[in-house]
Amino acid sequence: MLSRTASDLYWLSRLVERAENTARMLDVAWNLSMMPFVANPRDEMIAPLMISGSHELYMSRHDDVQVREVLHFFTLDQDNPGSIFNCLRLARENGHAVRGKITAEMWESINSTWLELKEIRRGGLDQYGASAFFDWVKKRSHLFRGATYGTIMRNDAFRFLRIGTFIERADNTARILDVKYQIGTLYGVPSGGDAMDFYRWHALLHSVGAYESYRELYSEAINADRVAELLILGAEVPRSLRSCMQMLCELLPAIEGRAGQTAKRLAAVQFARLQYGDLEHVLDTGLHDYLTDFLRRINELADTIREEYLEVV
Amino acid sequence: MQSITPPAVSGFDEMFAREGAVRPHYSSYHGWLLGQSKELLHRKRQEAELLFHRVGITFNVYGEESGAERLIPFDVVPRIIPEQEWRHLEQGTAQRVRALNQFLDDIYHGQEIIRAGRIPADQIYGNAHYQPCMQDVDLPNQVYSHVSGVDLIRDGEGTWYVLEDNLRTPSGVSYMIENRRVMMRLFPELFAGQSVAPVEHYPSLLLDTLQHSSAVPYPTVVLLTPGRFNSAYFEHAFLAQQMGIELVEGADLFVKDGFVYMRTTAGPQRVDVIYRRIDDDFLDPLAFNPDSMLGVPGLLSVYRQGKVVLANAIGSGVGDDKSIYPYVPEMIRFYLGEEPILENVPTRLCRRPEDLQYVLEHLPELVVKEVHGAGGYGMLVGPAASREEIESFRQRLRARPDNYIAQPTLSLSTCPIFVEQGIAPRHIDLRPFVLSDGRAPRMVPGGLTRVAMNAGSLVVNSSQGGGTKDTWVVEAPSC
Repeated sequence: MLSRTASDLYWLSRLVERAENTARMLDVAWNLSMMPFVANPRDEMIAPLMISGSHELYMSRHDDVQVREVLHFFTLDQDNPGSIFNCLRLARENGHAVRGKITAEMWESINSTWLELKEIRRGGLDQYGASAFFDWVKKRSHLFRGATYGTIMRNDAFRFLRIGTFIERADNTARILDVKYQIGTLYGVPSGGDAMDFYRWHALLHSVGAYESYRELYSEAINADRVAELLILGAEVPRSLRSCMQMLCELLPAIEGRAGQTAKRLAAVQFARLQYGDLEHVLDTGLHDYLTDFLRRINELADTIREEYLEVV
Repeated sequence: MQSITPPAVSGFDEMFAREGAVRPHYSSYHGWLLGQSKELLHRKRQEAELLFHRVGITFNVYGEESGAERLIPFDVVPRIIPEQEWRHLEQGTAQRVRALNQFLDDIYHGQEIIRAGRIPADQIYGNAHYQPCMQDVDLPNQVYSHVSGVDLIRDGEGTWYVLEDNLRTPSGVSYMIENRRVMMRLFPELFAGQSVAPVEHYPSLLLDTLQHSSAVPYPTVVLLTPGRFNSAYFEHAFLAQQMGIELVEGADLFVKDGFVYMRTTAGPQRVDVIYRRIDDDFLDPLAFNPDSMLGVPGLLSVYRQGKVVLANAIGSGVGDDKSIYPYVPEMIRFYLGEEPILENVPTRLCRRPEDLQYVLEHLPELVVKEVHGAGGYGMLVGPAASREEIESFRQRLRARPDNYIAQPTLSLSTCPIFVEQGIAPRHIDLRPFVLSDGRAPRMVPGGLTRVAMNAGSLVVNSSQGGGTKDTWVVEAPSC
């Protein structure tokens, strides 16, 4: 497959995944900011800025962290390259460039998402409703994934689409966990039983759609260590770091040709660390240090995929 | 019941003879048409638009807001050509393309035709499309124009003429194919009723032609596009997909150790044939326009070594220039020893003082074109122009006479189309496509019929709002 085509496919799904994750992250932050025990709603809105690493960009254009401004910044702001608006705009452009390689249903899904988004932007977020908007983004992402899964041939095009999804998802799960854990530690006891703590971890599980999994796997109160275990090592949870790495480990070797030796090795090593890892090791290392190391590794893998497949010289 | 506006008395209409009688090859269709309601045709046309939008057959128009995508208007009434007449056109266009390919080979080698005094040397050397870098480069099968589009029109008497040759990157073939697909979906009963020659195998003929143009066994063929902002991008993507080859942009290709490679996820892959839809000037920034971001640095040197095939060849444009056009009948006699089967439109070259004199005196009745122009830009249609337009054109003509040719205003034949009021005549032309690879030229029956959508208009170019319709070559009714 042409490297440019692979790159367009990879970014198409990566950007859709990023839009979905952004919506999930904001949904949680916004809900938490309205909780009665939160002293200042603005404090909760700092988390998304930290998770996405766009705190500086935001502060360069705003004097203060305000709930409404942060929501706009992440959703419909044309000047934030990481806004949902820009993610979906670019995803659609990538889709347009590879129309011959994706199915009509995939194209229609991403194209109508873009057309609806432009309409939503015209009316503004207040008119549409923030919660309704986050649900809409998640649904459009589900639809695109479903159209992809249900219609495209199982070839390299499919694989690069999936690789984009899991790279982005692994990165996001690690970031959201890291920031929530840091905030949790900042505000109080990391694994205590007070209401605030409960809601915080409860919200995090919801944001990654893993609340039901937690309930089913652990018959104990929601606490930080178990949440970390579930989202890092959980074999059954589709957004855990382990699941993402497992998928990448299956996808990379299936790509035609002999390229990508380094990428395959990096993925396999990282998967083995998770597959045979345990919570004790994670906590001994320190969750923040462990996740920082993971983020470095996933970014190294992404860079290697780019060098070995997407811009082959 | 249909309301049918009759054609003008003076012109030639494809469906109706002078006295209003239906021509025999249209009798079956005409009978069917009379039985269709206006509402039904209206609905079918909407359905067609929906289909075109769905497939994404859109056209980017230069000068409009960036990314503006438009449908080329499609008409549901087919243009029908009797099989016997098609044989004549087929032979005539193939003959022309054979001569043009020999001409290009001659021009870039021994230049017999200049030495024989049949074409003045300055017409070649002074031509913007003549490429000195192609001198004495031997091409496989001596083929320059692998894909040629020959524009045909007919005058008031119904006589066919060649209006121009397109030997660079002729476009429109995807509309020929999609028009047929849509017609078969909308009106399957029409195809059951009579034998319409198929055209949908064009991409497989094209692929065969491209493969045959290389000496490499099982060559890797790619289609090189300027990118998705090009007006014909849809067609590039369509043809690449139909042929099962990669659609590449300049940045996807690179030159190394004397060969061209494309960047793939499995590493560099050698490319043997490039069906390029990029103009000569943008192909190689090292050899031509240094600002081109579309091309491949070093491509020309590989090409000159014969390590890659370009279709069409660099420098083919010298054969389709409007200033060379008047000499094509002479080429046919010179290279093939045959008489031209299809006539040229009588053309005056404004570089000749006596022709210029005539043109300046008869501007209101002539069509004047820039010799290097294309797409209907930069031309004067005398009878349709205002006094001011004619005067401003006169000045341009005086300033650079060698930049213009002039032809009588041929009326172009008409064919009925479906409009709001019912069925009405509009002017049309025809562009058949000829494939050359050293064997006998091949064509699919028919081609692209372009329509001037406004009553009386003679401009059929899609960049100027022209539309298209399906073109049927049908066996003569057995009676």
